[in-house]
Amino acid sequence: MAFVAIADRDHEQEHHDPHTFVSKYIWSQDHKVIAIQYGGTAVLVGLVALVLSGMMRLQLAFPDYFSFIRPNEYYQFVTMHGMIMVIYLLTALFLGGFGNYLIPLMCGARDMVFPYMNMLSFWAYLVSVIILMSSFFVPGGPTGAGWTLYPPGTILPGTPGSDMGILLMLLSLAVFIVAFTMGGLNYVTTVFQARCQGMTLMRMPLSIWGILTATVLGLLAFPALLVSAIMMIFDKTLGTSFFMPAVLSMGQALDHQGGSPILFQHLFWFFGHPEVYIVALPAFGIVSDLLSVHARKNIFGYRMMVWAIVGIGALSFVVWAHHMYVSGMNPYFGFFFATTTLIIAIPTAIKVYNWVLTLWQGNIRLNVPMLFSIGFIFTFVHGGLTGLFLGNVTVDLPLSDTYFVIGHFHMVMGVSPIMVLFGAIYHWLPKITGKMFNETLGKIHFWCTFLGTYAIYLPMHYLGILGVPRRYYAYGLSDFIPASAQSMNVGITIAALFVGVSQLLFIINIIWTLTKGKPAGSNPWEATTLEWLTPDTPPKHGNWGHNLPVVYRWAYAYSVPGAALDYITQTDPQKGGDIEEGDHGKH
Amino acid sequence: MQEATSTGSTIEQHGHAGLVADWAADKQTFTMPWGKAMMWIFLLSDTFIFSCFLTGYMSVRTTTTTPWPVPSEVFALTIAGHHIPLILIAIMTFILISSSGSMAMAVNCGYRGERKKTALLMVITALFGASFVGMQAFEWTKLIVEEGIRPWGNPLGAPQFGSSFFMITGFHGMHVSIGVIYLLVVAFKVWRGDYVSRGYEIVEITGLYWHFVDLVWVFIFAFFYLW
Repeated sequence: MAFVAIADRDHEQEHHDPHTFVSKYIWSQDHKVIAIQYGGTAVLVGLVALVLSGMMRLQLAFPDYFSFIRPNEYYQFVTMHGMIMVIYLLTALFLGGFGNYLIPLMCGARDMVFPYMNMLSFWAYLVSVIILMSSFFVPGGPTGAGWTLYPPGTILPGTPGSDMGILLMLLSLAVFIVAFTMGGLNYVTTVFQARCQGMTLMRMPLSIWGILTATVLGLLAFPALLVSAIMMIFDKTLGTSFFMPAVLSMGQALDHQGGSPILFQHLFWFFGHPEVYIVALPAFGIVSDLLSVHARKNIFGYRMMVWAIVGIGALSFVVWAHHMYVSGMNPYFGFFFATTTLIIAIPTAIKVYNWVLTLWQGNIRLNVPMLFSIGFIFTFVHGGLTGLFLGNVTVDLPLSDTYFVIGHFHMVMGVSPIMVLFGAIYHWLPKITGKMFNETLGKIHFWCTFLGTYAIYLPMHYLGILGVPRRYYAYGLSDFIPASAQSMNVGITIAALFVGVSQLLFIINIIWTLTKGKPAGSNPWEATTLEWLTPDTPPKHGNWGHNLPVVYRWAYAYSVPGAALDYITQTDPQKGGDIEEGDHGKH
Repeated sequence: MQEATSTGSTIEQHGHAGLVADWAADKQTFTMPWGKAMMWIFLLSDTFIFSCFLTGYMSVRTTTTTPWPVPSEVFALTIAGHHIPLILIAIMTFILISSSGSMAMAVNCGYRGERKKTALLMVITALFGASFVGMQAFEWTKLIVEEGIRPWGNPLGAPQFGSSFFMITGFHGMHVSIGVIYLLVVAFKVWRGDYVSRGYEIVEITGLYWHFVDLVWVFIFAFFYLW
């Protein structure tokens, strides 16, 4: 019996329509509600990480002034800030939040293929967040080993949180990976197997391509983190020696011998580098859609954009050791990994050129999502170019573990994806809530965030070239650091606090939208993609009413010559406006 | 592209053309149920987990400072006065590979619609799996009680021998145990007739998982016991 595609079946599929409040909003199997649950949790835990970074900056600007920030606390703030931001905010919000919301809507499906498992994914994620947060309240506090958790220091006395903190961190990561796997299997299977009639892979919006590729990366990269977490838990609790060489600690020889700390670094970065692209690729995809919609132009070189996303994803698995140039590994490895790292610049540059060329001669609507998208191009180019410095072994060696590195990765995988996240939230908020946000407030939020982050991270590159090391609690009297570096630190801190506080504008805007926002209508941006064409706004359970949509063209039919409007929706049965006419990448 | 209604999934094409048709199709990329596609993707992810475990094992085997015990001597049994190396593990491997055979027969019977035969073959597969886990428990007991090998130490040489062995075979044994439960649940539902109208794809999906667990064992056997 041949399997029948879901779009070809009669309306036999059961609509598990929820009735009570609990089944509708709490134990919900609706991908849209799960997306909001994921997003809300991620934003809340992200605010915790934001406060932690503010406290780190306070200590750096005014050392010895705040009695509650001692060295141990400082390292715990550093560690928790990094881990929360990378895993529990960015990964969860892009894939759990936007992946959940956009995949079924943009592909024309009624829901994820296995809604129950999707629900479990969120609840497991919530458990992992609770485990992580509980480490603030155990004896010794959370781990302070740095988000990379390098052994042997991580599990030895002397590192803050080396008893309970590190175990809770590793356990939380393991639970997160289980949660991500349940969600990720759903995302990939839904994109591959549950699209509507006419929606071929090469007609999908780039958002879906980015989310799909990032999810595949996650499914193949998180195993390395899971395995290293299991091994480290055994090293800590059972006294095995996977990562532990013979160590003298506090003058005493420990029971460990013969393990390999470098093995942990390899496993960690085999996960850690694809993780950068797990965060970046959804941002690439989403920003492509935002730029195209608000510039009223088709995305430049759609096919090249797709191949660049897939190519970057594949390459991201063979570059991991560029994080380890100073680890003492064989120098020939450095040569290999520098080469592969610099090759990634090619598809990345293709994407940047295509974004800029999408704007070129576009009919740009300079609204809030567009501002954030253009802001992303700036911050991403900036962070990408400093990556070229760090990708080369000889240039990296003196810059390693300085503020140059901090400036680089915050620009490229901190600020840039967050620019896209804000743009995306503003862009889809009218669909999620059915109401329009406050444009003025959004623009003020953009300028505070955009200029503020430059004021934070641009000076850090200079500090790094001066040789100011990162992860130091205080600098004291160091001859190689000029006194002016300290005044720069004060300036950075003021900018950081300003940016941190200005995020309140975003929260106020969300509340304003929910309470005072005017009804947005179903398609306020005059976009072509399926999520704007639902019969209800916000979309109801099952998304499409009685009949699934039928797609006739790609997602980028903007300003098609001869068309009545400056956009033709994907479901409009009129002729023309498909990829053959619009995609410059083909000619 | 005005034939947006045409779907590649209805026309069977082979080779390169079929691949292109599948990937260019709307609605679905692979002509298979959702559960089967998802199982394939999960197994790909699980492959990476086991690869990382085995890579980690090989890595600590080269970094450890004490000599590695000789596996053929550690894993030897004295049966009726004869000292036979690797005998238990040979039997275990034989049993697990046999279980793949009975699983394949179950899938075949499922697609023929032979309900009871399918359920019976799945139960046989589960019994093979359970006996594998039982022998593994025997092997662990022997190593722990008689040889004194622990995850944190090993009187025969490198402590990493014990830690890698218990971790990797334990993780694999967990997969086998989950597989046994999974098989029994599906076998019960097959027996009850749950899939008479829905089709027996679930038997094949369960089989995919089972074959994967067997295949992983072949690698663990080769890298841990034969090296």
